[in-house]
Amino acid sequence: MRTSPALRRIVPVLAASALVFAACGSDDDSDSTEATDAPTETDAAAATDAPAATDAPAAGGEGCDATISDGVLTVATGEPAFYPWVIDDAPETGDGFEAAVAYAVAAEMGYDEASVEWARTTFDEAIQPGAKNFDMNLQQYSITEERRENIDFSLPYYTSNQAIVALEGSAAEGATTVADLVDVKFGAQAGTTSLAFIEEVIQPSQDVFVYDDNVGAKAALEANQIDAAVFDLPTALYVSGVEIEGSLVVGQFPADAGGTTDEFGFVLEKDSALTPCVDAAITAITDSGELDAITQEWLADFTGAPVITVE
Amino acid sequence: MTDRSTRREIYERSRRRRSIFIATTSTIVVVAAMIVLVPMAPGWDRVRQSFFDGDVFAETFPGLVEAFWLDVRILLWSTPLILVVALLVALARNTRSPALFPLRAFAIIYTDVLRGIPVILLVFLIGFGVPALGLSRTWANPVIWGTVTLVLSYSAYVAEVIRAGIDSVHESQRAAARSLGMTSRQTMGTIVLPQAFRRIVPPLMNSFVSLQKDVALVSLIGPVEILRQAGIDKAKFANFTPYVAAAIIFLAITIPCTRLADWALARQRRRTGATTIA
Repeated sequence: MRTSPALRRIVPVLAASALVFAACGSDDDSDSTEATDAPTETDAAAATDAPAATDAPAAGGEGCDATISDGVLTVATGEPAFYPWVIDDAPETGDGFEAAVAYAVAAEMGYDEASVEWARTTFDEAIQPGAKNFDMNLQQYSITEERRENIDFSLPYYTSNQAIVALEGSAAEGATTVADLVDVKFGAQAGTTSLAFIEEVIQPSQDVFVYDDNVGAKAALEANQIDAAVFDLPTALYVSGVEIEGSLVVGQFPADAGGTTDEFGFVLEKDSALTPCVDAAITAITDSGELDAITQEWLADFTGAPVITVE
Repeated sequence: MTDRSTRREIYERSRRRRSIFIATTSTIVVVAAMIVLVPMAPGWDRVRQSFFDGDVFAETFPGLVEAFWLDVRILLWSTPLILVVALLVALARNTRSPALFPLRAFAIIYTDVLRGIPVILLVFLIGFGVPALGLSRTWANPVIWGTVTLVLSYSAYVAEVIRAGIDSVHESQRAAARSLGMTSRQTMGTIVLPQAFRRIVPPLMNSFVSLQKDVALVSLIGPVEILRQAGIDKAKFANFTPYVAAAIIFLAITIPCTRLADWALARQRRRTGATTIA
């Protein structure tokens, strides 16, 4: 009878709060380091609604020195970073589309190669509240209005289509319209806009299976658990060409065939002083044609696939 | 005698009132400190927005409840299977005949190996590996193989709980039953197991609560259950609130289960005459 009633009363309260906090903290079954995101409902609209790029200061101007460590621009990517976005998981070489874009943007912002440092984060680390260990983060983050509530996005640096990967002989093979895909069993990567794309555009008759990464989708294809998986087009071409033997890209869904596109932007801390500066830099490399040249250099081989029309 | 016990009762009542007063006061102090102090932290606004966003909560909650139904179904299929397999393994391990040594060895290897392997590896190995051997689409279903994995892993744990329960029944009970002419099967079924099970209800409830949370591992091989759905919603909104919503749904199940386990424990202590002095 000594302390037990007191304990009995307090413990549930503490336990309940502990559980809530534990549940908040220890998530992470869902996102691997690379969030190969694709668009959702926002698609092209996101670009035009993007935050005030017009009144941003000139490149290398005001706000551009608001980095976490003076004189150094810390850029984050995934762990590991994937081909063709970063070659050989070595972004500091500038090889690979996103690595090259990061250095081009940094140059516009007034940071030379020596002043750029790389960090690695998961998707969760990029969106968590509080201090960040990076100034800007690029790992195929799709720009969506919902996400913008909690993080800043730059203007888009790439626009991608969704694409379907299947094993040869799959039920999805030879599809030319979305109607051909209704009875296909789909898989997608958690936390990507590909998943939303399947559910909202293809609307298959069976539940979609969801995996942490490409590896899970690959295993499920081989285990006959799904007929096809959806990725952004460059990832789809890489996955089918290199990672999954005997697979092919069945088709892509370009915007002019009724598909939704996926716009990738840098992620920055919510209301970051750096965002207008990054936007100005992206505008500058877009206008100068430098972004096109980088896209040609690294992604020219990542555009060819049959077109699937959406109604 | 009566006088003395009355004085004692009065004393105990006053102690009890004092305990309740202290408990209430300290609870209020702790809760008030949390309510007052936490929001004073400089980053509270960002934390609140990321973890306790009302709009995101309202939008994701129905989908999470729907996804939770898959957890409940997996739980309902796996729990009886776990109990059956665990009981068989525990009985195998408790056999005494020399001829049955291979059975005992199998039971020991089963518990040692399956408890030692991380469940996450078992989920991938069985969930992707077995169907890849060439099963039809129906039988390749990851929900089936995810459930099989949970049954294998948890039955190894539960088998040890049951074995401990069997061992806790005093040898004299067995000896008395055998001396009355009962066969060893009758002894186990009518004398040992009933006593053993009464003792292991609380640890079994503990395993059950733990299983509720491990069902989420099935999502690694495709099926969208509540934690996966919460992860999808988290990525959609770049906000952790869906996990808080999932936690609340989990608590709605686990708290009653834990209370039930506590109640079972208290009842057992009363019945076995254990003292309630702390």
